[in-house]
Amino acid sequence: MITPVKTSLLKPDARTQKRNAAETRFRLYGLSAIGAGLAILVLLLVTIFNNGLGAFQQTFITLNVPLLESKLDKSGERDLEKIKKVSTFGYAPLMAQAMEDALAGNGIESDLKAKKKAALLSKSAAADLRNFVITNTDKIGETVEFTFLANSRVDGYLKGRVTRESIADDKSINADQLDLVDALVMSGIIEKRFNLSFITGADASDQRPEAAGMGVAMMGSFFMMIVVLALALPIGVAASIYLEEFAPKNWITDIIEVNISNLAAVPSIVFGILGLAVFINYMHLPQSAPLVGGLVLTLMTLPTIIISTRASLKSVPPSIRDAALGVGASKMQSVFHHVLPLAAPGILTGTIIGLAQALGETAPLLLIGMIGFIASNAPDSVASGLLDPNSAMPAQIYEWAKRADPAFYERAWGGIIILLAFLVTMNTIAVILRRRFERRW
Amino acid sequence: MSFTKLTVSALAISAVASAAAARDQVQIAGSSTVLPYASIVAEAFGENFDYPTPVVESGGSSAGLKRFCEGVGENTIDIANASRQIKESEIKVCVASGVSDIIEVRIGYDGIVFASEKGGNSFAYTPSDWFLALSDQILVDGALVDNPNATWSDINADLPAQPLQAFIPGTKHGTREVFEEKVILAGCEETGAFEAFKDAAGGDKKAARKACISLRTDGVSVDIDGDYTETLARIESNKNGIGVFGLAFYENNTDKLQVATVSGVVPSAESISTGEYPVSRPLFFYIKKAHIGVIPGLKDFTEFFVLDEIAGEDGPLAEYGLVADPELGATQELVADETVLDLNM
Repeated sequence: MITPVKTSLLKPDARTQKRNAAETRFRLYGLSAIGAGLAILVLLLVTIFNNGLGAFQQTFITLNVPLLESKLDKSGERDLEKIKKVSTFGYAPLMAQAMEDALAGNGIESDLKAKKKAALLSKSAAADLRNFVITNTDKIGETVEFTFLANSRVDGYLKGRVTRESIADDKSINADQLDLVDALVMSGIIEKRFNLSFITGADASDQRPEAAGMGVAMMGSFFMMIVVLALALPIGVAASIYLEEFAPKNWITDIIEVNISNLAAVPSIVFGILGLAVFINYMHLPQSAPLVGGLVLTLMTLPTIIISTRASLKSVPPSIRDAALGVGASKMQSVFHHVLPLAAPGILTGTIIGLAQALGETAPLLLIGMIGFIASNAPDSVASGLLDPNSAMPAQIYEWAKRADPAFYERAWGGIIILLAFLVTMNTIAVILRRRFERRW
Repeated sequence: MSFTKLTVSALAISAVASAAAARDQVQIAGSSTVLPYASIVAEAFGENFDYPTPVVESGGSSAGLKRFCEGVGENTIDIANASRQIKESEIKVCVASGVSDIIEVRIGYDGIVFASEKGGNSFAYTPSDWFLALSDQILVDGALVDNPNATWSDINADLPAQPLQAFIPGTKHGTREVFEEKVILAGCEETGAFEAFKDAAGGDKKAARKACISLRTDGVSVDIDGDYTETLARIESNKNGIGVFGLAFYENNTDKLQVATVSGVVPSAESISTGEYPVSRPLFFYIKKAHIGVIPGLKDFTEFFVLDEIAGEDGPLAEYGLVADPELGATQELVADETVLDLNM
């Protein structure tokens, strides 16, 4: 005879305890997975902001520059062509003079040679001055107050990146120059403040990291996104409407469907090679043009848009179609008057996410010549925006990260912050659209 | 339908694009060593002339020359930058696709330096040390054996007992060829291994040369296909690493790197221009003569590039790290006369 085991409802038996323990363990696994994810995200964000925020601040030097007629317009005729003949090298003595005046005016003494003193200014200063003189020829002969960028070493010194120890073997700056910087900071001639031109400006060459900005590359990205939107959205939506609503279900449409899913998983560099072969080598579209970049990214974004559009068309219940057909609407009317508007929020969300993906893509741009010293001319019209050589935001970041001067490294991180801001904005818009307009059935 | 309108306008834009003619900016591609110099000049050119700023892409000397030799026409590049001279095989490809008039411009010299983490051991090398460190076979007691060396002190008692670890440029870089030619091959000949390889190959000099420059594959020598920034990152994470850099890169990162002497000479613009420092090479760019007059500003750009104010001793290029060419005057004449390469070389 078997004696029944006494159990209590209040005391869980061994098996229940085991099952409960398993559940607790699973919850802990889940929590630690989320925790690990969050920790990595925080680490990433802290690193990005730590390294990149410096790029939004820049050191400036304010000087009174005498625009001597004897240097800039010897003939005195104010003939623009003749004034343009004076190259940026011709402006260097004016700035050296302005620097001497500023030192004398503030009672700062230094044994440095004039050239070493002027070296505190950015190499871009002469170009800024020349551009000002060319647009304001009437100012020649006057003394004008100017705010120039400081050299990247000076900027690094104020930001703590460059120290007296680190420049021991550096040929471009010495300790005496840093003493001079300290004195100029005291008298308010050198100051660090917000740098708008990092967001709006053009790329600069390896010698003047302080002048490099993201603006022109941003325009390149903008024009590429226009092309992607104008091509991928209509093509993607038309393809998915046909496949979802009109196409017969047979092996041909099955093959198409499988291939679209496959296409979504193709590495983006493959689209770059395709773009180089088809758009540049065969169709002879210009190299490094945002138009070509946009076409390549369109190919990459299409599958994403088609898949998300089909999913949102599928989620519209068949009763809507049946009701429309029942009151006598044609198939096309039922689709365009009823199904499409109901699916629109989902389509938009998919499109925005596809665009965000395309915006952050670098690999295909490598092959169509959008990486290098390219983003130096701001486009002045829609046509030049599409056809003139330009870079894109992620390509610009990659380019900066490669350059020798450590000051570019800071700008690469700063560029990442700008790119992140765009991506976060786009994804937020997608989420808001979905929350606002999506209907659940 | 707004969709239709969008599609139509997009197609129209593409049509306009294919019809759009007359590229108005100079396009340059090639060596990543020359890239900073070319972009400095391109920027100054854009500032001082009414032409748009030229476009400078990188990718390596070989990749640049390959694109250069693709043919003549607006969708090919105008100038190829190279950190070595164009090869005969490349000229053949060029001529076959119609690029027969090539102007070769030497812009100056660049040193190749060996540098390690700042604060670590300091090094004084000879080319032989590098051959003995990296070659896959070396001569020991008169016989060729697989390279047994594991630390620098195994090779040369004067060097520190630091494990061997080298980060050298990948094969698509022009720098690699100079490294093979001036360091590894020189070391091969110095140690007598060249003769041994030659005898082993039955007197074939080419085979001996190839055997000299074939490097060990056990992880001691790591090819870096990216730029010098990648080499720098590798050295920062591996304290034993010795990297191969261009002089200009080193001069911009003196706070992180310390440089080694080669044959007792410290690399600097002075020691390179006098020829004392052994590992240096000329830098070039190549122009398609057929594009002069077709692409606006091409001739002006090349003339601007070799001006004394730019490529001379006090110019911005020298300031960045280029060793100015003492024969710049001859180069200026060559550019002005559009003297093309003699293709029967």
